[in-house]
Amino acid sequence: MDTRAHSADQYLVRSEPYYEPVGDEVRLFEAAHASRVPVLLKGPTGCGKTRFMEFMAWRLGRPLVTVSCHDDLTASDLVGRYLIIGAETVWVDGPLAAAVRLGAICYLDEIVEARKDTTVVIHPLADDRRILPVEKTGEVLRAPPEFLLALSYNPGYQSVLKELKQSTRQRFVAIEFGHPEPALERRIVAHETGVDEGTAERLVRLAGMTRNLKGNGLDEGASTRLLVHAGKLVMLGVAPRTACLAAIAEPLTDEPETLAALNELVASVF
Amino acid sequence: MNARLSASELEERLEDLLEACLSSRRTAAALVPGLAALERGQQDFVLHWAGVVARSSAELAYQFAAAAPRALAVLGERGAEAWLVQAMDVYDHGSMYAASAALKDLTGFVRSWDAQADAVRFEDAGRVLELFLWGLSGRRLRVAAADEPWTDTETVYLPHEVTLYAARNRNFLVYKAMAALAWAQCRFETFAPALGAAVEASAHPARVRRWLAFLEAVRLGAKLERALPGLARDMRVLQQPAPDARVAAAAAPLADPDAPLEATLAALGAVDLARAPPAWPYVVRLHPERAQEVREARIGRERETFRALLGGLRDAEREEGGAPGAGPGRFEARVSESAATGERTVELFLDGAAVSPPADAASLMQSILQDLGTLPPEYLEPAGAGAYAPSTPAGAAGDDGAAEAEAGAAVYDEWDYARRHYRRGWCVLRSRDVHPGDPAFVWRTLERYRPQIASLKRTFEALRGEDRLHRREPYGDGIDLDAAVAGLADAAAGRELPERLFVRRHRTERSIAVMFLVDMSGSTKGWINDAEREALVLLCEALEVLGDRYAIYGFSGMTRKRCELYRVKRFDEPYGAEVKARIAGIMPQDYTRMGVAIRHITRMLAAEDARTRLLVTLSDGKPDDFGDGYRGEYGIEDTRQALVEARRAGVHPFCITIDEQARAYLPHMYGAANFVLVDDVRRLPLQVAGVYRRLTA
Ligand SMILES: Nc1ncnc2c1ncn2[C@@H]1O[C@H](COP(=O)(O)OP(=O)(O)O)[C@@H](O)[C@H]1O
Ligand SMILES: [Mg+2]
Repeated sequence: MDTRAHSADQYLVRSEPYYEPVGDEVRLFEAAHASRVPVLLKGPTGCGKTRFMEFMAWRLGRPLVTVSCHDDLTASDLVGRYLIIGAETVWVDGPLAAAVRLGAICYLDEIVEARKDTTVVIHPLADDRRILPVEKTGEVLRAPPEFLLALSYNPGYQSVLKELKQSTRQRFVAIEFGHPEPALERRIVAHETGVDEGTAERLVRLAGMTRNLKGNGLDEGASTRLLVHAGKLVMLGVAPRTACLAAIAEPLTDEPETLAALNELVASVF
Repeated sequence: MNARLSASELEERLEDLLEACLSSRRTAAALVPGLAALERGQQDFVLHWAGVVARSSAELAYQFAAAAPRALAVLGERGAEAWLVQAMDVYDHGSMYAASAALKDLTGFVRSWDAQADAVRFEDAGRVLELFLWGLSGRRLRVAAADEPWTDTETVYLPHEVTLYAARNRNFLVYKAMAALAWAQCRFETFAPALGAAVEASAHPARVRRWLAFLEAVRLGAKLERALPGLARDMRVLQQPAPDARVAAAAAPLADPDAPLEATLAALGAVDLARAPPAWPYVVRLHPERAQEVREARIGRERETFRALLGGLRDAEREEGGAPGAGPGRFEARVSESAATGERTVELFLDGAAVSPPADAASLMQSILQDLGTLPPEYLEPAGAGAYAPSTPAGAAGDDGAAEAEAGAAVYDEWDYARRHYRRGWCVLRSRDVHPGDPAFVWRTLERYRPQIASLKRTFEALRGEDRLHRREPYGDGIDLDAAVAGLADAAAGRELPERLFVRRHRTERSIAVMFLVDMSGSTKGWINDAEREALVLLCEALEVLGDRYAIYGFSGMTRKRCELYRVKRFDEPYGAEVKARIAGIMPQDYTRMGVAIRHITRMLAAEDARTRLLVTLSDGKPDDFGDGYRGEYGIEDTRQALVEARRAGVHPFCITIDEQARAYLPHMYGAANFVLVDDVRRLPLQVAGVYRRLTA
């Protein structure tokens, strides 16, 4: 029986990603990697977790295997499965098994979205055993020292269905991500989009206003990502008010009164 | 959606409603053709209002029902309601004859209604403006309608309607400018003591007030220019009439965005008090003495709330850190001010390490900073469990015997924080059904919230488990290729071909059991009780879409031996006429011994077969009982303990508290549970469903 191998090449981050550190996260991550402790990135969506992972993979020179988890993702999607290629059945590694073999950094984005059975395969990798049993082939993969498992998790969901179990979270070093400080966020928005300082400043100010509405009308305030989107529209010549409505207000809510209030905030800032 | 009422159903309902004025020439049947063609929602509208009018006059109700289809066609529901209400006004103050004429003059009404169409009313704009204000930094301000615009630094009062311009958006802009100006008054220290002093010192306080209001509009306008440049630009069209040369010169220094209140007071000396200031439409009036009262009450209250928050924060940090009492638990605060915008931010440190305060603490800190400019040391003393002086609850000492068990009653322990032990078998709890109430309550609620219910249902539909493929099934809708391939590999290796080779579509089970526990104590009498019942109606409508298993119970009682649990809906009971009548029948009873109710409900929930068990309590936040010392710390600590027990039993507790005044002890009491504070009863009905959606999304 044949096995399809993944090559490290396709997962390497070749040029330095733009990343603005917000605190101690770079040092923490490096220390976790060196001591082979898996990492949990906590924080709302769009606050730079993915970018941070790309940056760290580049910095540590490790391949980065990213999996966006969703509610149909099963353990075998992560570990691997048989395929028929030609007339032969071929075992193909899933991303997790591939990452273990390559000594890569494996980033499971939004882990709580995945099916519960995925935690079963994660646990033995996340404690000092550092193994991945591949049930279907009978193999047990041993993670090389360079391998690192990282999960992301958004504690802002109040949902009791999406709490990360203690038995899982207690295996990880947690790094908390929040919205960047205004000055830093302005720099990020300006760098990512090319908008002038004044526009970046107003976008960040507007973001602060939407964040004040969290829990009252909004489940979540605008993330840096949304500001970047709005900034890009502005750079393409869309009027700022229109850009903010389309890229910030509308994605945040469908509720008519909240949307109207967001419109008024946009029109107050721009 | 509900189906249209048939002709015979309509006739029957109309006969009931209009009985008093029907005769052989005046029949309900004659009304039916006009109504039978309407949408169900409009039919309900007509029947509802016919019922309301019939209480005053069956005759007028009959005429209304006859004319309603046409009125609905030309005016829509809102307009038709206004048309009817003005006719009823005429009836109340005049005669049947005049009222009937008012109803008949539909064309005349349509004309005046159109003229009003440009008006913006508070009821339409208020909620949006409130959210708008919440988006701005600083203290969370509420909005309310009043005869003139002003603020007491906590509530922004806005006029009932704005009709100044012939364009709706211009009228709305006036509202928005008023709201923003009132916000700026709170934010940029309009209500410093010097303001009140200037009014009091004057021989013409009314004139001074008027001029100060105008000059502050100018001074704060410059600040808005910086904080909200888009709005400031829009507002310029409202700055009419233009000030004359003298006023312009006096107000010139106020154009500096850094001008303090003193600049306004100085400008006051340069204007002619005898003349009226320019009548800009959005000027917000000043009542310094009322603002002062509110401020004084707030300062003490917020200090206690903040200290309790720190207490909760310290508890949480200790639990997280795993080591109780790891540090001395000392808080420090660093306040910094942004040079560009003047925004102040606070960083909190616990024993030297930065801690992030809960989200609702942010606006509280801003509020304190607005009043005091800093967080004084006494604010940084955490309050909480340790802060209560241990004392035996009054009345508990002599009455120590365990409660007798009796048929149909359950007996529970209660936590005595002073002894740090449970009082064994202390409370006796009985269950009974809620006495059914008037079903019309449910029906009116459905009517009132019709658009919101529709949108709730849509959002809940999105939560519903979707069809999903189950793999490796012994039979199903298609072949599981993965399994087949693996099977072939097995077969090739000489093993047996497995049987589970199919995929099957299956609706995922959410497997949630949720229990709603509703405060039926006497303190909920009035608005809170109404809001609770409405909340339950909305919730049931939404939950029916979702298909989660749910039950509803109320609780109250008097003394530990007479705790009562009121059944509204059992898990296995359908949401039908009986349950609806019981929701309507939820009435304020006696006291709030919350711990025992939570314990009983937890026990019931734990017996439910579900992957996720959720307990949502709805209360007004004051555990209290008669006579035996439950009030105060004892009740708070027992409630806290009951919630801890619930969590241990695998139940997720979530508490919704209706409280007009944010209570300092809540973070501590709800330690083990997440909670939200609803500070505006009117918001409750929609919020409960919203909370549930977020909890289980
Ligand atoms: N610290 C940061 N440095 C650079 N860019 C950032 C940073 N934080 C956010 N961004 C920007 O925001 C966008 C969204 O961030 P992303 O990493 O995708 O968020 P997350 O993974 O947390 O959902 C990025 O594409 C980048 O443009
Ligand atoms: Mg009560």
